[in-house]
Amino acid sequence: MNLRRLTLFELKDKFLKGEVSAVEIVKAYFQRLMLAESKVKAYITTAKKDALVKEANELDYSLSKWRKTMPLMAMPIAVKDNICTEGVKTTCGSRMLENFVPPYDATVVARMREHGCYLIGKTNMDEFAMGSSTENSAFGPTRNPWNLAYIPGGSSGGSAAAVAAELCVAALGSDTGGSIRQPAACCGVVGLKPTYGRVSRYGLVAFASSLDQIGPITRDVRDAAVMIQMIAGHDPLDSTSADMPVPDYTKALKENLRGMKVGVPLEFFAEGLDPEVELAVRTAIIQMQALKAEIKEISLPMTKYAIATYYLIATAEASSNLARYDGVKYGYRAPKEKGLLEMYMKTRQEGFGAEVKRRIMLGTYALSAGYYDAYYGKAQAVRTLIKRDFDEAFKEVDVIVTPTMPTPAFKLGEKLQDPLQMYLSDIYTISVNLAGVPAISLPCGLSSRKLPIGLQIIGRPFEEEKVLRAAYAYEQASEWHLKRPSL
Amino acid sequence: MEISKEQVEHVAKLARLEVSENEKAMFARQLSAILTYMDQLKEVDTEGVEPTATVLPTENVFREDAVKPSLTQERALANAPDQADGFFRVPKILEDR
Repeated sequence: MNLRRLTLFELKDKFLKGEVSAVEIVKAYFQRLMLAESKVKAYITTAKKDALVKEANELDYSLSKWRKTMPLMAMPIAVKDNICTEGVKTTCGSRMLENFVPPYDATVVARMREHGCYLIGKTNMDEFAMGSSTENSAFGPTRNPWNLAYIPGGSSGGSAAAVAAELCVAALGSDTGGSIRQPAACCGVVGLKPTYGRVSRYGLVAFASSLDQIGPITRDVRDAAVMIQMIAGHDPLDSTSADMPVPDYTKALKENLRGMKVGVPLEFFAEGLDPEVELAVRTAIIQMQALKAEIKEISLPMTKYAIATYYLIATAEASSNLARYDGVKYGYRAPKEKGLLEMYMKTRQEGFGAEVKRRIMLGTYALSAGYYDAYYGKAQAVRTLIKRDFDEAFKEVDVIVTPTMPTPAFKLGEKLQDPLQMYLSDIYTISVNLAGVPAISLPCGLSSRKLPIGLQIIGRPFEEEKVLRAAYAYEQASEWHLKRPSL
Repeated sequence: MEISKEQVEHVAKLARLEVSENEKAMFARQLSAILTYMDQLKEVDTEGVEPTATVLPTENVFREDAVKPSLTQERALANAPDQADGFFRVPKILEDR
């Protein structure tokens, strides 16, 4: 039996039954890291093998004396490098934070540690989560485990690649405009962006605070349900975290879609959609119908304005959030500058990469005197209309099904010189963040080049259960989640 | 929307970003292209539409004003690029006379 092939649900079941030991699990994953990490480069930092084996040994010994278990005990889980981990470098893929060691854990990390998980590493990402390919990392790109010449998606490309390449059993990512779902689609794994407010953002390095949300990237839908169960819920340390009860997500998983109304928005099947992706998604919709779902054509007419709206709001928020990197309290400082202003300006020039600077510039421009109303104010009003589209649609349907991405993964370097083309790859994921609703991406096909294709299922606010149920029923009726890259 | 090199310089200064001559030309070109794309928002009628700053219902979140443990000075300073006597140290702000 190959331990690293098991899902989180299967592995924790075997561990809790005493069929495998913590040491066996840890060793299996480090063996895999030795073999595959140099090809994929999913991680910025990995745990130290000796220390983790020692910890696992002690755990196995103490369990042999006194059986007290926790739900994620001994599970090697990866965390995106913009989520703070006490005592472990959190770089955000940036020179600016290359040596930043947080003095505290993000709430999600604290909760997962309380549930007994092992932090196996911090995953690579586009700098400050700005990008769709993980090529904007200051520490070099991550590669797609299905084909090393292709991007893994982004910005949580390291987390998605690590799950796909079996370099961890599950991972956390963050999603501001698709950064969990789009890489999950590229790497043939499952990625869930929860409702805005479902999961605490405390300790997530801020990019665009009204859009950011942490969520799991996993091998299958059941694992996504297990993971969100661990991290969801109110947190007094995040005033935007919702004070609402957390349901039992694994109980929501059912094998059919009886009574479920599924909307298919015609705007998501328009120009620019790759024919192979369209075929895979349409086939999935037919399968959902066979599972007794009622399929309904719907319209989200504001979809075409989502990218323009998003890139004004997200960059405006980013320009404000990233003002904190001034070389004073933490992070990089340009050496030998005489005055304070020169120090600020040089620090930021040297510490930030090109895409981050471009977005800071765009956001600063959109917020500057004379342009605020025309750009930022306008975008906020259009955001209201985008949200209304979803409100209207959800009066008629329970979930909405779309492609996650207009094409399969593209080649490394292909869109690096043209930022606008790169932004357009987020077209199907972005409106979900603007509306604040939950959505999942799961595998629904392979292209002729053997690259994964993702299906996106969107739900009403705080109805992750229905999203998970729809995803699970489809997944169980298909076999795409069982396909693995031959790395 | 065309962005000139002078506008790039102005915005860069607002953002406290030093930009090289090369970057100025590049940003002027790229931001012009991006903002031209953004101009499509002008065709949307937003007359009387309230802006959305956050999707959550906005309400004040209060907590008790109680003293709780927090980071020690040492830990708060641990990541500082420069420090002295328990403070963050920065380059001189005032001119010598």
